[in-house]
Amino acid sequence: MALDKATVARIATLARIKVPESDLEPLAKELSGILTWIEQLREVDTAGVEPMASVAEMTLPMREDRVIDGNCRDKILSNAPQQAHGFFLVPKVVE
Amino acid sequence: MTALTDLTIVEARDGLRSKEFSAGELTEAHIAAVERARPLNLYLKETPERARDMAAGADARLARGEGRSLEGVPLAIKDLFCTEGVETTAASRILEGFKPPYESTVTANLWAAGAVMLGKTNLDEFAMGSSTTTSGFGPSENPWRRRGDNRPLVPGGSSGGSSAAVAARAAMGATGTDTGGSIRQPAGFSGIVGLKPTYGRCSRWGIVAFASSLDQAGPMTRTVRDAAIMLGAMAGHDPKDSTSAPLAVPDYEAALTGELKGLKVGIPREYRVDGMAAEIEQLWQQGVAWVKAAGASPVEISLPMTKYALPAYYIIAPAEASSNLARYDGVRFGLRVPGESLDEMYEATRAAGFGTEVRRRILIGTYVLSAGYYDAYYLKAQQLRTLIARDFSNAFKSCDFILAPTAPSAAFAIGEKADDPVAMYLNDVFTVPVNLAGLPGISVPAGLSSDGLPLGLQVIGRAFDEAMVLRAGDVIERAAGFTHKPAFIAGGAG
Repeated sequence: MALDKATVARIATLARIKVPESDLEPLAKELSGILTWIEQLREVDTAGVEPMASVAEMTLPMREDRVIDGNCRDKILSNAPQQAHGFFLVPKVVE
Repeated sequence: MTALTDLTIVEARDGLRSKEFSAGELTEAHIAAVERARPLNLYLKETPERARDMAAGADARLARGEGRSLEGVPLAIKDLFCTEGVETTAASRILEGFKPPYESTVTANLWAAGAVMLGKTNLDEFAMGSSTTTSGFGPSENPWRRRGDNRPLVPGGSSGGSSAAVAARAAMGATGTDTGGSIRQPAGFSGIVGLKPTYGRCSRWGIVAFASSLDQAGPMTRTVRDAAIMLGAMAGHDPKDSTSAPLAVPDYEAALTGELKGLKVGIPREYRVDGMAAEIEQLWQQGVAWVKAAGASPVEISLPMTKYALPAYYIIAPAEASSNLARYDGVRFGLRVPGESLDEMYEATRAAGFGTEVRRRILIGTYVLSAGYYDAYYLKAQQLRTLIARDFSNAFKSCDFILAPTAPSAAFAIGEKADDPVAMYLNDVFTVPVNLAGLPGISVPAGLSSDGLPLGLQVIGRAFDEAMVLRAGDVIERAAGFTHKPAFIAGGAG
């Protein structure tokens, strides 16, 4: 399936990656090439086949509901690009 | 006397126990080799001081007769494993400067077994690649060269810094991770052993996530026996990873019996792909003869969905990656590029921080998961995954292990295949199906190509039967007698 420039721009916005206008056309070509190659999957009749999300044949284990970790605010903030008063700092979101 | 850097893990273990040399001496020899290997760009971060501290601790334990399974053994760690207080980047600019405040379970297990950390090795950015050329910090070079040709070759990928370091004697062993072949293919390209365990055998906790339903950590070493020892230390149930299997870890070294009497080896008909070099087909036939000589009887098997594994993988892996990599937003760690609004900051940070292959895969993943396309792509790929896994379970009704090539070619030059993503993806045609089915697989160096590059053979086993995979791998290793060395050796002479 061929992707056009507008579609690439739309998925770039969904993925929150700024893509320069000059990259849109080459990317559309490249991604179309990959998607066309992927589309050979259509040859296979998969009617009634269960989709597999994981090979791990297990039910999620239960554990006791108690605190086993915490009180490590400074550790969590230690890699923050910007912080203040024990919080992560980001550009203003609400006017 | 053999150079200390040339010893296998088994030989080092024996030498340390009999006090022929100390862990400090072994570590110093490796620190010097790591420095000499710098022109190949194998390590993103060297940790000589930590290595010396750990070696001193190992010597104290050895003196008390309390040496553990990897006591004093210097290892390289793929820079995808979080190491407490030591920069961990996944070879991405977006994580530059990130110092994890915690240790991954697999590396913690290795240190608890006495291993010594030499540093963090280069990889394809976020493990997305088959050549280690997509690293945000420059490509790694393979220590091997084609005969009569000095062009630098790729070490394979994504665990290419690890495989090249082990091949060049700049580490006794290394950790790798394998999502679609990232341990086995670089092991094949670098002439070493690489084992991808069953999904769930090693904890994924603290490993930077790429595609969570496929990622698995494993050992990269110069011999099968070393891989058995290293896997024994890495593996085990971890309550912090809900997909980690609550199973006991067998004694893998004990599995290496040197024979395959009464066992059946499956030869998959569909692995004879177009464009595969004749010498790889020949080596494969040679491999069949070797396992036959050890007592196994060959049976032809069919894995009819093989050709659909790669396209299914290139839906599933990018889809999982696009959601896993959503966390890199410039807020809590790593790179931040300022913007007027929060959204602008996200977009600018992710544009600057991700390289082109990672961007390509995030966009593909976002597209196949987006409204209107989910069923046509993602659901379809998951159904194919069911069929691929079913192929293997049918095959294992008539055989005990499968023998196949590791990759359809030997190592290629840096820059080759760079402009055609699909050609690059085809490298993983024999390894990807194994990840989709979650099975264990090993690559063992088995011969040289006509231009003098290593070629690997792959053994695939039933789920959680790493013992079988190692046993057959050991037989191939003994029969092949692969003693060739790369053109560049970082370790000292004898």
